[in-house]
Amino acid sequence: MGNEQRRNPRPGLVLDVDRSTPPVLFHHGEGFRLEKLPAGRSRILYPPEAQPGLKNPDQRIREALENPLGDSEPLSALLKSGMKLTIAFDDISLPLPPMRAPDIRQRVIEAVLDTAASNGVDDIHIIAALALHRRMTESELRHAVGDRVFDAFAPSGNLYNHDAEDPDGMVVIGATPHGEEVQMNRRAAESDLIVYVNINLVAMDGGWKSTATGLSGYTALRHHHNPQTMVQSRSFMDQENSELHKSNWRQGKILKDSGIQIFQIETTVNNNTFGHDGPLAMLQKREWEWTLGDRSAFIGYQTGLRRMSASAKRKIFNGWQSPYEMTSIQAGEVEAVHRQTTENVYKEQLVDVQGQTDILTMGLPYICPYNVNSVMNPVLVACLGLGYFFNMYRGKPLVRKGGVVIMTHPTPWDFHPVHHPSYIDFFERVLSQTKDPVEMSQRYEKAFAEDEWYRHLYRTSYAYHGVHPFYMWYWCAHALDHLGQVVIVGGDPKAVRRLGFRPATTLQDAFEIASDVVGPQPTITHYHSPPILMANVQ
Amino acid sequence: MIKQHLAGKRIAITGSTGFLGTALVELLLREIPDVELVLLIRSARRSAARRIQRDILHNDAFSTLRSTIGKEKFDSLTENQIVPVAADISKDDLGLDSDGLAILQTCDIVIHSAAAVSFDEPLDRAVEVNLMGPVRLVETLKNLDITPHLVMVSTCYVAGSRKGDAPELALSDSPFYVPVDWNDETNAARRTRSYVEDASRRPNNLKGFRESAISELGAAGTPAIASKTETLRQRWVKDQMVDAGRNRASSLGFPDAYTFTKAMAEQAVEETRDRIPLTIVRPSIIESSLQHPFSGWIRGFRMAEPIILNFGRGTLKEFPGIPEGIMDIIPVDLVASAIVAAAAQETSEETTIYQVASGSCNPIRISTITDYVHNFFGENPIYDEKNQPIAPAKWKFPGRGRVVSQLNRANYLLNYAEQILHKLPIRGRSAMLVADIQERKEEIDKAMEYVTLYGKYVECEALYSVSNLITLWDSLSEEDHRTFPFDPRAIDWFDYIYNTHLPTVIAKGRVKTSPAKSTGASRTTRLRTQVLDPKRELAVFDLENTLIASNVVSSWTYLATKRLPAAERFKLVSRTLAQAPSLLALDRKDRTDFLRSFYRRYANAPIEQIDKDAFEMFSELILAKSFPAALLRVREHKAIGHRTLLITGALDFVVKPLQPLFDDIISATLSHNGNSYTGQMQQVPPIGETRAAVLRRYAKTHSYDLTESIAYADSTSDLPMLEAVGFPVAVNPEPKLAALARRRGWLIENFQAASGSPSKMLPIGSRKRN
Repeated sequence: MGNEQRRNPRPGLVLDVDRSTPPVLFHHGEGFRLEKLPAGRSRILYPPEAQPGLKNPDQRIREALENPLGDSEPLSALLKSGMKLTIAFDDISLPLPPMRAPDIRQRVIEAVLDTAASNGVDDIHIIAALALHRRMTESELRHAVGDRVFDAFAPSGNLYNHDAEDPDGMVVIGATPHGEEVQMNRRAAESDLIVYVNINLVAMDGGWKSTATGLSGYTALRHHHNPQTMVQSRSFMDQENSELHKSNWRQGKILKDSGIQIFQIETTVNNNTFGHDGPLAMLQKREWEWTLGDRSAFIGYQTGLRRMSASAKRKIFNGWQSPYEMTSIQAGEVEAVHRQTTENVYKEQLVDVQGQTDILTMGLPYICPYNVNSVMNPVLVACLGLGYFFNMYRGKPLVRKGGVVIMTHPTPWDFHPVHHPSYIDFFERVLSQTKDPVEMSQRYEKAFAEDEWYRHLYRTSYAYHGVHPFYMWYWCAHALDHLGQVVIVGGDPKAVRRLGFRPATTLQDAFEIASDVVGPQPTITHYHSPPILMANVQ
Repeated sequence: MIKQHLAGKRIAITGSTGFLGTALVELLLREIPDVELVLLIRSARRSAARRIQRDILHNDAFSTLRSTIGKEKFDSLTENQIVPVAADISKDDLGLDSDGLAILQTCDIVIHSAAAVSFDEPLDRAVEVNLMGPVRLVETLKNLDITPHLVMVSTCYVAGSRKGDAPELALSDSPFYVPVDWNDETNAARRTRSYVEDASRRPNNLKGFRESAISELGAAGTPAIASKTETLRQRWVKDQMVDAGRNRASSLGFPDAYTFTKAMAEQAVEETRDRIPLTIVRPSIIESSLQHPFSGWIRGFRMAEPIILNFGRGTLKEFPGIPEGIMDIIPVDLVASAIVAAAAQETSEETTIYQVASGSCNPIRISTITDYVHNFFGENPIYDEKNQPIAPAKWKFPGRGRVVSQLNRANYLLNYAEQILHKLPIRGRSAMLVADIQERKEEIDKAMEYVTLYGKYVECEALYSVSNLITLWDSLSEEDHRTFPFDPRAIDWFDYIYNTHLPTVIAKGRVKTSPAKSTGASRTTRLRTQVLDPKRELAVFDLENTLIASNVVSSWTYLATKRLPAAERFKLVSRTLAQAPSLLALDRKDRTDFLRSFYRRYANAPIEQIDKDAFEMFSELILAKSFPAALLRVREHKAIGHRTLLITGALDFVVKPLQPLFDDIISATLSHNGNSYTGQMQQVPPIGETRAAVLRRYAKTHSYDLTESIAYADSTSDLPMLEAVGFPVAVNPEPKLAALARRRGWLIENFQAASGSPSKMLPIGSRKRN
């Protein structure tokens, strides 16, 4: 890609497939597929090209801290000697894939710490706001905040992972008029100021979700992480129409009213997931623009990957770090900041699309927010496809009511025993009995959420909370409610059936299966992601 | 008229718990008014009555009678007409007390049907029961100075393995008879037992038994090995005695020790009976009943059934014998009727002999039977585990030698495969191969046994004359013919074999006769339900290879490398790897010694640092290599309310993070000097027999019933613990344990590491930099 083009990236594209359209790329876990889509009734949604990054990010960070948005004083005015300061930051689930060092969080936290130091603040805690996610390992923390911050704060116990199950470490702030309890990390709640450092990868992130969810626990989360809320969030990527966000905002109001001071710092990154050049560059190019080099490299990868074991492939893909660049930073009062952030996200990801189709196809990549340095188990496959990708819309879903989603992913019956212990039991004992989010929430959720062993693993090891697999399934609730059928191409048939989906060997088979539901000659939309794209469906 | 003659008589019967005995008791109770049956039962005095209830009256032979006359009447009938007497025919005076003797004294008829019919009876036992039993009976009667009609059940095969006519004559009158003295045979058999017992205790033999015990059990600890060694010695003695019996029998032309001792018995009784009138009834091969108590009734498994079943299952593809040979079988109810009819006859000084057989008057050829069997399984196939019908093979009668050598070859190959598998470091599903092989081997052993024995019988080709029997039959009234049918000529073989006998064999054989899934839960599911029953009290677990796929060496390597610079980490790991073979060998030999020497490596390890790193190791090594299904099982036990206990030779700091899973953890501990470990263990580590002892002590202290407890373990070194509880579970068993567990019917679980767990080639700690 030429420099000129990098400075003037092209917007997203809706391509109508005709006979001359080359086979299109589908991500397929730790691998890829090239698939031909039926001409005349298929369209492909391409994400916008990566916006150029900010030129002098450290400079821009300092400027943002001193020029807050909304009803907020500059950071330096908020920091006073003798105060209690808590810096909370987004955990390993952001961004995806992890970004090359230095991480944005490192840059921002260093800037905040500099300001704090010059204002004589010395009671500082730095907390990974991971809610019910797994704890970050030492090397992951080092990557996020940098060695300097880590070595200065971790050994003395002032840099650590949030622990939502610490009986002494959590405090209930109050409840919303809707009866939703609001809970927060005690240290954060009792601080004079919370500085929240966010990376806003998709439109769902940020705002009150940062503090009201990230620093919270099961007591509060269960009020919006449930099937009823999720089915009413259309979509949860669109704050205006998301019950999930409305609930979070109500909880945020309680936080604000209780006098908790929050200085929100939100950043956006560009769509440079696979690099403008380098080995994976072709993955963010449009297929007809692939050079001879791109083609031969791609064939080489395919050949190599075919010969590799699943764990070897995982190792290689998990090693990829994206050359993301920061495209914006805004700081100050939560809601004002977030409005601006969301606008910036939309600018980078939104693509206008006309109308719905019968079938939505998507190639699921190897990574989702919950399997960084881990294994994408079948539950996460479902969540990535039906939770994240399906919900990447404003207006209406890309696929009509009663339509079919076809996704490609190997969907192996594989689980990471350290990260996802409760998923294993969820898959064996819950999904084998029911796929209905409401029924499972009533019959099984509490037992998993309050299980002593899962609690122990969440607190002392690196396990997602016992209730987390349920949330992943609730994430799919809107799609499950909307769709007539889900087909996974190339997945382990047993695992796919356990999810309640139909397995297919090839995309053509999947179209055949889908035609039982949507009739012959269906219209098809292919959601060509990553890089990330959000459909604005009119 | 038989009924009138026997009405109100007092008849003593030995062997009433056997197949023929039960039929006799049923027939007499059913047909003879006011008959009194004195049943001589081997048991403690008080429980003779109970044993009659359990072993005779509860048999389905009586269900027809019970339902015809009603339960109440049946109960009073048996109550009034059966006199239980505890007796033991291997003792003088039959082990009778004065009451017993008094009862016996009043008997009009004595039917002796007790025998050791098993074909692998040790020589001396066959002699004591089959030969000396009747001799003692006769002595007792003589001592009591009574002369009741003695009806002795023998067998046609006392004629020996030969061809041609075998008349109903005393053996001494037979031209083929080799005269031997029964007294000499008895003494010789008893001496043989002492010789064999002595031989079994010779150093060389004892060493051999011990070696086999070790090779079977591995490092199971001294007590387990000792008990196994003694079992092996006793088995060896038995085998030797069985062999001695067979050899002595065949040297005299008998197919086995049973027929040989029976032949001796006929002569001994003849010689010693004085004035006691004697009738000998010689049935051929007794099989399921023709009509009474209901058609197809059978008790226990007879000689032909295993062969028929193995044929149906496809495991036996050939059969010894000659197609045109005659298979002399006789339904049990015919034999019982013949005995009763014989007992009802007037006695004389001369011994009367009846042969109850079909071969001479209503012969059925082996080829006809095999055709029936072949067609039967063609129409009613047995289904294999995959629900496919098994096609029966067509027997080609290659002769016994070929069949045996075929089976021998199969056995040899399996033995070879087993030996190799035993040497491989495999577990779980692949180790189950060994169990499968062992099962196949046992099947072949059994088939071989039956082929050998049955072959001898079918190759006999003697024709047992039944002229006395027919004369008796002809002398009886119409009514007797109806009530006590025993005419072998009346058997319709096709109907009997096809419609009566084979369906019975199938039903008794518990084989799959339809492709449907078995209606009951599978055995594993059933065992699992038992294990997870709320009635259980304590669930005890081993750690390594039961809950996690890790071991003491990898945890040490992890901790030792955690804070080393890169170059040294690999040096240490490769050094440990180089030592692996010797470590393994030591572990196999004695696990306690292995742990003791290995844990020395922890000498001078700083406690605080180890404790901290152990928690990281919990995530990086222990959990990563855990079996999720196993951890779930622990949690299930806990949820049910069982107490959960971990007993492991691993060190306390290694297993500490597992604490929430268990109510208690018993592990090895190192002594320390305040800041660092010394590398010496504080007590004997809880493994092998110590583990069982620790478990017993724990159960006693906390008042748990071990028979209501469950133990999970993976290796034969855990045998003492597994054997200590009522519900042992073999987890991913190594080959030896797999075979053992399968044989003993234990639950076997294959818990696997999560597919997708991070594969770490070497147990190296992720580097800790501060």
